[in-house]
Amino acid sequence: MTVLPYLVATWLLAVGLWGVITSRHLVHMVICLTVAQASTYVLLLSVGYRTGGKAPIVTTTVPPSSQFVDPVVQALTLTDVVVEATVVAVLLALTIQAHKRFGTADPDELGELSG
Amino acid sequence: MRPRTVIAALVLTALAGLVVWSVGDLTPFGTPSGDADAVARRLVRDRHVANTVNGVTYDLRALDTLGEELILFLAGLGSAVLLRHGRGEEVEEERGDEEAPPRTADLLRVAGALLVGPVVVLGVYVVVHGHLGPGGGFQGGVMLAAGLLLVYAAGQVVALERVEPTALVEVAESSGALAYALVAVGGLVFGGAALFNFLPLGTTGDLLSAGTIPVLSVAVGVEVTGATALILTEFLDQTLLRGGE
Repeated sequence: MTVLPYLVATWLLAVGLWGVITSRHLVHMVICLTVAQASTYVLLLSVGYRTGGKAPIVTTTVPPSSQFVDPVVQALTLTDVVVEATVVAVLLALTIQAHKRFGTADPDELGELSG
Repeated sequence: MRPRTVIAALVLTALAGLVVWSVGDLTPFGTPSGDADAVARRLVRDRHVANTVNGVTYDLRALDTLGEELILFLAGLGSAVLLRHGRGEEVEEERGDEEAPPRTADLLRVAGALLVGPVVVLGVYVVVHGHLGPGGGFQGGVMLAAGLLLVYAAGQVVALERVEPTALVEVAESSGALAYALVAVGGLVFGGAALFNFLPLGTTGDLLSAGTIPVLSVAVGVEVTGATALILTEFLDQTLLRGGE
């Protein structure tokens, strides 16, 4: 099953976007967005994974012949996580403001009120 | 709702098909195409950093991390501005009814008080050992912010209103971002390039080694602690405001 991680990433993306489209609550929508974004973690990490590879932490106890998983994509995943955290923080703050102003967190009703 | 669901299902199926088609050409799982070993060993040889993930984050991609840190800084600022908007009115509304705030369960207070110390120590450990083992500024910073949140959970409203921590976490956030920028300028001054390593590299595996990497890690740790704590306290503040309704 060498394609399974890629299929998982695709599934997470599709299911997250499905949740965003059909969402009836802004908080639910934000969480669905994080699910969609989780697909990028799976994709990045599985691109850099090496079967039997060690964590890329090179200490004196690691044998010189050992192979490592790719540290570059792991660093990229770290960036990805931080960006997701910031996006969620700002979106949730906007959700609170929207709820205060319109008295509802249903995205469909928000559109009707502002239009 | 119905037509939207149908369109969404069709579009997402097409999208999933496209994604599967495009990732089909990627390297088979378990055999990365890049030369990960060479990158890892070269980082250890040239930069004396044991944790090569942080070697990438704070050295090879240090400029990207500067941008990433500033994104976090601005997000903290942005959500604070958004959440503080209109706070003044609500506070006055609430002054009318002097109801006692809901009491925290004793068990939560005790558990919170017991956990604060270990969580903070672990957070500091993770921040300062980022170049030696798993962890680093981002990870440890979130732990430290969680430790701060435990103080609120244990003491709740009393501590929150008396300590008024927002100014402090704002200072932490700004000084962390500033420290990172200063190290970047330091590289410019001493080495001719921004974020150039101008500190002695030391022995790989020592706490004081790897040049600017642990310094940047600590700067990021302070910044992430401040930003996360700022965001969490602003949301907590909203909860407390709404608690009286």
